[in-house]
Amino acid sequence: MAKRHPAVEKKLVGLADLVISAAARRKDPSISIPVRSLSNVKFNEKKGYIEMGSNKQLRTFFNVGMAKKFMQTMLVADALNELQKADLTTSLREIYYRTKHTMGDSNENTFDDQAESDPVIEDLEVGLAALREEFHVRAENAGTIIGPVVFIDDGDRVDCSKLGKGGYSVPSIVEEEYLQIKKCTADFVLLIEKGTQWNRLAEDKFWRKYNCILLTGNGQPPRGVRRLARRLHEEKKLPVYVLVDNDPWGYYIYSVVKQGSINLAFESQRMAIPSAKFIGLSSADPEHYDLPRTVGIKLNDKDISRAKELLAYPWFQKKEWQAEIKRMLSSGLKFELDALANKDFQYLTKTYLPKKLKEKDWLD
Amino acid sequence: MSPKKKPTPVKPARLSPATKPRPAGKTAKEMGEQQREISVSEFFTKNRHLLGFDNPRKALLTCVKEAVDNALDASEEAGLLPEIVVKLEAVGEGGAPAPAVSQATRFRVTIIDYGPGIVREVIPRIFAKLLYGSKFHRLRMSRGQQGIGISAAGMYGQLTTGKPVKIISRTGEKQPAHYFEVQIDTKKNEPLILEKKQIEWENHRGTQVTIELEGKYQKGRASVDEYMELSAISNPHAQFTYHAPDGETKVYPRTIQHNPEPPKEIKPHPYGIELGMLLKMLQDTKSHWLAGFLSADFSRVSSQTADEICKAAGVSPKKRPRDVIGLEAEKLYKTIQATKLMAPPTNCLSPIGEKAILAGLFKQIKGDFYTAVSRPPAVYRGNPFIIEAGLAWGRGPEQAALDAAKAPQAPLAEGESREGDDNELARVMRFANRVPLLYQQSGCSTFKAVLDTTWKNYGIPQSRGAPPAGPMVIFVHMASVWVPFTSESKEAIADYDEIRKEITLALREAGRRLGVFIKRRDRAHAESKRRDIFELYIEEVVGACKRLKGGKLAEGKLKAQLTEIAKKVTGGMKTDEMLDRNAGPHGLPHSIIVTPEGIEVEVPVEGPVAAVEAAPAPEPEPKKKTAKKTKAKPKAKAKTPKKKKKK
Repeated sequence: MAKRHPAVEKKLVGLADLVISAAARRKDPSISIPVRSLSNVKFNEKKGYIEMGSNKQLRTFFNVGMAKKFMQTMLVADALNELQKADLTTSLREIYYRTKHTMGDSNENTFDDQAESDPVIEDLEVGLAALREEFHVRAENAGTIIGPVVFIDDGDRVDCSKLGKGGYSVPSIVEEEYLQIKKCTADFVLLIEKGTQWNRLAEDKFWRKYNCILLTGNGQPPRGVRRLARRLHEEKKLPVYVLVDNDPWGYYIYSVVKQGSINLAFESQRMAIPSAKFIGLSSADPEHYDLPRTVGIKLNDKDISRAKELLAYPWFQKKEWQAEIKRMLSSGLKFELDALANKDFQYLTKTYLPKKLKEKDWLD
Repeated sequence: MSPKKKPTPVKPARLSPATKPRPAGKTAKEMGEQQREISVSEFFTKNRHLLGFDNPRKALLTCVKEAVDNALDASEEAGLLPEIVVKLEAVGEGGAPAPAVSQATRFRVTIIDYGPGIVREVIPRIFAKLLYGSKFHRLRMSRGQQGIGISAAGMYGQLTTGKPVKIISRTGEKQPAHYFEVQIDTKKNEPLILEKKQIEWENHRGTQVTIELEGKYQKGRASVDEYMELSAISNPHAQFTYHAPDGETKVYPRTIQHNPEPPKEIKPHPYGIELGMLLKMLQDTKSHWLAGFLSADFSRVSSQTADEICKAAGVSPKKRPRDVIGLEAEKLYKTIQATKLMAPPTNCLSPIGEKAILAGLFKQIKGDFYTAVSRPPAVYRGNPFIIEAGLAWGRGPEQAALDAAKAPQAPLAEGESREGDDNELARVMRFANRVPLLYQQSGCSTFKAVLDTTWKNYGIPQSRGAPPAGPMVIFVHMASVWVPFTSESKEAIADYDEIRKEITLALREAGRRLGVFIKRRDRAHAESKRRDIFELYIEEVVGACKRLKGGKLAEGKLKAQLTEIAKKVTGGMKTDEMLDRNAGPHGLPHSIIVTPEGIEVEVPVEGPVAAVEAAPAPEPEPKKKTAKKTKAKPKAKAKTPKKKKKK
């Protein structure tokens, strides 16, 4: 069941009004859309997350380079409005199919593939300051949660401590009106990059022993997972720890959870968890935990240049972080979480995490 | 290897009484007795591939080519506009009825010209004696060079069918026509006259040669058909009528009404000769002393230079040339090569010329853009030469319209695209002294230069090691007193650095002009596309607005307003106006541009004759392309109204 957002509907119809009034004044209709790139985000140190800057791009209709995008934006707005009216939610892909057709008597399609329509939706989110959920567009369920927490999902009670080792699949829209947190007795949230390691911890009932919630997003966590972690943090005051591979991509995943992403900087305010902690793998761990060099992987050129980019991000300027990344670069190696199995299959559950938690060995 | 794959021997056994394998243990005397002279014709019967008779299909082409070359050379030298009829007929073996053309193994080739004719006395030797000719002993640009071609063709016919060469020739209206049947005595390299008589002949002047030979007729690459097409391009002053064996007749009308400037004969340039040649010239000269010989028998050697050479070589200028031998001659040769001399004169060359190349390409190739470049004369090994290049690009407006109509209207699914079916490669047309070269393309300097040129710079796609891709014809012509072929069958131009460089320069200039044309056209096209796109997009945007407004919208009004803005943005100009403004041949010398609206030609001002004046075909033949008359007014762009009739 989707909830109607009269404000969103109004914003979408506003686009049509914009075109109509510009045309009446014989002006080239244009929509202003905030720029979504590194150049237009800034790190708000006080709030602890990335904010979108004020740079905007004017998308005008009668400009050869932008005409098609403009037309596409109007079509997507129309489709989104249709969803609002019908009270339905849909996927990005369905929006693509809904808006794709051949124009007039030409051979040209409105969209050639989904890669064209997805950014248009993001443009509208930013341009109209609306959330994807408010647009009734959902992503795939790409996250799993397990632990002492009870949700109400569409009226159904979901007790995440009674779901075996499979857990509950996190929906892409987890706003209060869709998903309520009924009860939560956990002490903290552990967000794990990889599904395989999440499985290990779930199988070993780590969450029971340490009274925590295990959450994974299978790689870069999708919005639903990030938003749910944020809600647990905000509403239930749970600290959030992030467990990722020791490589530049792992660092970035942590930073997205903590400070928000560059592309979705406008959502940081409701996604970011500025107090999230980086629990591992740290580039110091191989030494602390005596991981042999043989289970490391040589950093490739892409890793190195990505690491150097991270070093330059304003939100990685703390000296511990500079040291952390530089240590990885100077070792020339990256380590996967899976590499801990070299010591013991249950090393992560029985030794690594307990020690980390006990020693409060994490980075902020 | 299976026995089947073994190459079939060139069946010389019966024809050549060649030495049999000797049993071991012969005496020197016995061996000495086996030594005997080999006649040139015997040599060539064994090595027919050297002359272009390696397989039946190629043999048919070579035969036509040799006869047509001779006819063209003769007509031009006599100052007559060449008019040539080529007729191929399939014939049955031993009087049997002719089989289907594709199955036929024997052909009768008849070439008729309306040239000067041949005097009775030399007819047998011209057609039945190898290495007999007028062209070998002089340095003058001509198609034939050695005097082998036509008699070799006759000999091939004789060897494969046993039939003699039949000749009719007449030197003028008041002269009788002579009929000859000749064969070649392959041992003595002398003609055998089987029949000679005076006959009645409907032609007032000219020559007709008929050769029956083993051959194979197949259209396509390196076919007689292609040869005729290319000859018509490189000889726009000639008219060809081609009767193909399948009964089709094509007429290639004359598009230029005057012969090329007759090339002058020149003396050899010292840089171009070898020591052996110098020795022979020393013996043959009519001069009485060395300095005189040097200045009289070579070009670009003045009497002063001759004295200097003698002095530097340490040979007396007064010495009798015949007495300069051995080491002294070698010293002389080296000195000459080290002496700085002026480049050879270039008035011995007769290039086709930009206008004629354009006319030829335009007549035969459908396209949107044509251009031609003639390089200034250059020299390799003492031989002057000129490189000319031409390009024809595009499919022509009719074809484009046809393609557009034929293009599937089905909208594209994800992952499909409209491009990608266009991987046709450019066709390279090679010519040497106006003769089309059809074999050994990859070994030819011209082809290597085409590959070497970076066509991407001109907006034409090209894969590594391949000719450029697209609907394009590349024309390259080398004119020289001595074209360096890689073999006697004259199929590929040898890859001298100087030659390759000239070809590359010519291609670059032609490519640059094509690049300019393509860029301009694309720009004009983009403008028109922008307009169309706005029209399409306005429909979509108005539709979206209407739905957003829940159907409450004055659709027509919004559309009209947006269209008005679009018009303002594009400048309100019509697409065709833009095309016209941007696509003119300004700044593109020696080029023709064809648009659906007409043809644009810029006539170079310096031209002595307004040459691009194509006469309409004398008689509309059913299957040929009619020439377009491109009325060319000097100093003005001529635009013909609508596209000419075609087909």
